[in-house]
Amino acid sequence: MLELIINVISKWAIPFLVLFIPLFAYIKGVKVYEVFIEGAEEGFKIAIKLIPYLVAMLVAISVFRNSGAMAIVVEALKPVTDLLHIPGEVLPLAIMRPLSGGGALGISTELINTFGPDSLIGRLASTMQGSSDTTFFVLTVYFGSVGITKYRHALWVGLLADISSFIASVYIVNRMFG
Amino acid sequence: MINLIWLTLIAVGIIVAAINGQPEIITDSVLQAANLGVKYSFDLIGLMTFWLGIMRLGEVAGLVDILARLIRPFTRFLFPSVPQDHPAMGAILLNLSANILGLGNAATPFGLKAMQELQSINKGSNEASDAMITFLALNTSCITLVPATIIGVRVAAGSANPTEIVGTTIFATSVGMILAVTFDRIFRYFAKKRG
Repeated sequence: MLELIINVISKWAIPFLVLFIPLFAYIKGVKVYEVFIEGAEEGFKIAIKLIPYLVAMLVAISVFRNSGAMAIVVEALKPVTDLLHIPGEVLPLAIMRPLSGGGALGISTELINTFGPDSLIGRLASTMQGSSDTTFFVLTVYFGSVGITKYRHALWVGLLADISSFIASVYIVNRMFG
Repeated sequence: MINLIWLTLIAVGIIVAAINGQPEIITDSVLQAANLGVKYSFDLIGLMTFWLGIMRLGEVAGLVDILARLIRPFTRFLFPSVPQDHPAMGAILLNLSANILGLGNAATPFGLKAMQELQSINKGSNEASDAMITFLALNTSCITLVPATIIGVRVAAGSANPTEIVGTTIFATSVGMILAVTFDRIFRYFAKKRG
C-alpha cells in the first residue's frame, strides 16, 4: 500500500502541478506567459550560481574517492553501516547536508554521477538531498537576525530531525528499490 | 566546520594517493571533476528555468496564501504561546507554505519577519523562545512537494525515471518533520521540569 501511494505521488506530482498551477493562475487573472518568463529568468541565474559550489565539492569528493581514501573509511565503518543497511558511500553526504546546501548538492551530484542515478546509492543520495535542509545555516541566519545567542535545544532538535530523515531515507529507498 | 571538512577531504585524498605512489590520480580527478561541475550546472539550466517559471505563477496567483489557510489548524496546535491573530502567526504560515512549495526566495523574508515578531513576544531576550524553536524545527524539516534541483541532476545524469524519488523524498521528510515536533516537545517538557 505504501509502495503504491509513493509510486503514484512520484508519477503524478509534476504533471499535476504543471497543469494545476498555470490553470489556477489564469483563473486568478495572472498574465501567465509574462509572469512565467519573469520567474524563469531566475532559474538561469540559480543554475549558474551553483557552479562554484559544484566544482568545489566535486573536486574534493573525487580526490577523496579516487585516491582510495574513501574506500578506507567505508571499510572501517562497514560493521556499523552494514548493521543499519546504509551504504557507506553516502556518509559524507549525511555529514554535509546540515552544513551547506551547495556542498551537499555537490556530493550528491558526484554520487549520482559515479554510481548512476538509477542505482540504489543514486536514489538514496537523491532522496537524502531532497528530504533535509541546511539546519546549521538556517539556525545561524534566523537567530542571528534577531540577536538570539542562546539557542537552547534548537540545534539538538534540528540535528535529531536530520538524522531521522536520513534513517527514514535509507529505510524507504531500501524498501522501494532494494 | 564546512571549511575543515572540505580541506580534510582534499588533504587526506592527496596524502593517501602519495602513500600509494599515484599522484597522477589526483591531477586527473581535479581536472575531470571541475569540468563535471560546470557541465552539471549547465544541464540544470533547462529544468530550473522551467520550474521557477511555473512556481512564480503559483506565487503571483496567491497559492502561498491558500496553503497558509489549509495548514492553519496545525499551527494553532503547534504554537500555543502565540496569539492566533498576532502578526507572527501570519508570517510563520506564509514561510512554511512557501517552503512546502519549494519557493526558497519567497520563504526567507517571511521567515525573518516571523523571527522578528516572535522576538517582540519574547520581550527582546537573547534566549530563544519555545515558539522560535518550534518554528525553526518545522522550517528546517518541512516537506518540499517537488525537489526540483535534484530531479534536474538526475535528468542530467541520464536517469530512466528522474522523478521516481519524489515519493521517497516526501516520505523521508515527513518522518523528519513529525519527529522534529516530537523531539521539540520532549526537550521542552524536560526544560520546564528543571525550571
